[in-house]
Amino acid sequence: MVPVSYYITLSAILFTLGALGVLIRRNAIVIFMSVELMLNAANLAFVAFSQMYASLNGQVFVFFVMTVAAAEVAVGLALIVAIFRNKHSIDVDELSTLRG
Amino acid sequence: MNTELLLFLTLALVAIASALAMLASSNAIYSALFLIVNFGTIAIFYLLLGAPFLAMAQVTVYAGAIMVLFLFVIMLLGAEQLRQRQSLTWQQPLAIALGAVLLVETVYIFLTRSQSELLPSLEQILPDFGSPTAIGELLFHEYLLPFEITSVLLLVAMIGAIVLSRHRDIKVREELRPE
Repeated sequence: MVPVSYYITLSAILFTLGALGVLIRRNAIVIFMSVELMLNAANLAFVAFSQMYASLNGQVFVFFVMTVAAAEVAVGLALIVAIFRNKHSIDVDELSTLRG
Repeated sequence: MNTELLLFLTLALVAIASALAMLASSNAIYSALFLIVNFGTIAIFYLLLGAPFLAMAQVTVYAGAIMVLFLFVIMLLGAEQLRQRQSLTWQQPLAIALGAVLLVETVYIFLTRSQSELLPSLEQILPDFGSPTAIGELLFHEYLLPFEITSVLLLVAMIGAIVLSRHRDIKVREELRPE
């Protein structure tokens, strides 16, 4: 069997890659996809611990995370479409209207 | 080296490579497709971890619905080729360095704090572990209130998406209306 620490390490690596994506990419949609990657990394850790302790609570929590992710994607993509309609760009560097 | 470890290592390699490719590809469509590959490998990890129902939900909800929404919006906006114009030159190396620090920190804490015990094999735990019946029972008894709140959350998200993406098309429609 695979040790649980392998799964946790993989989850940490995927989370770091997601955080890196949020930091280095300028395309708002790719930043959003990186956030999804981070959520998935957390889900993987949840499921791994759920099997380690033979408890289904972790798996139920993953369901709630999936629901929140679906809601977040729906609202976020609507926001991106609205921004694109106004500024004709989804480059986050150009969204600096609020800068004083 | 047993088969499960071999399977895990191969899939982990695919998952990390697809995540890296998602970050590196300049075309947003390719990023979305690599992310679908990544979600697929995570679904297989769920199967390995004794969560078959979650694996199916991962495929339908994440790789299916959410990524189709992403691809649809990318194609709708035609914004797949955004040139990577860096206004802060020091930002990218700094982000990579900070990411490396974060990775080392997390892995160190997890590996030192958690005793690295082997996962119990699926035969040792309950026979219906992770089955739709077991999850549904837990979801509708112990987690009934969060489950109901989730429905409110989805309703709010639905209304929010409609309100946000509504054009000022009431005005437009009146202008277009033939006299």
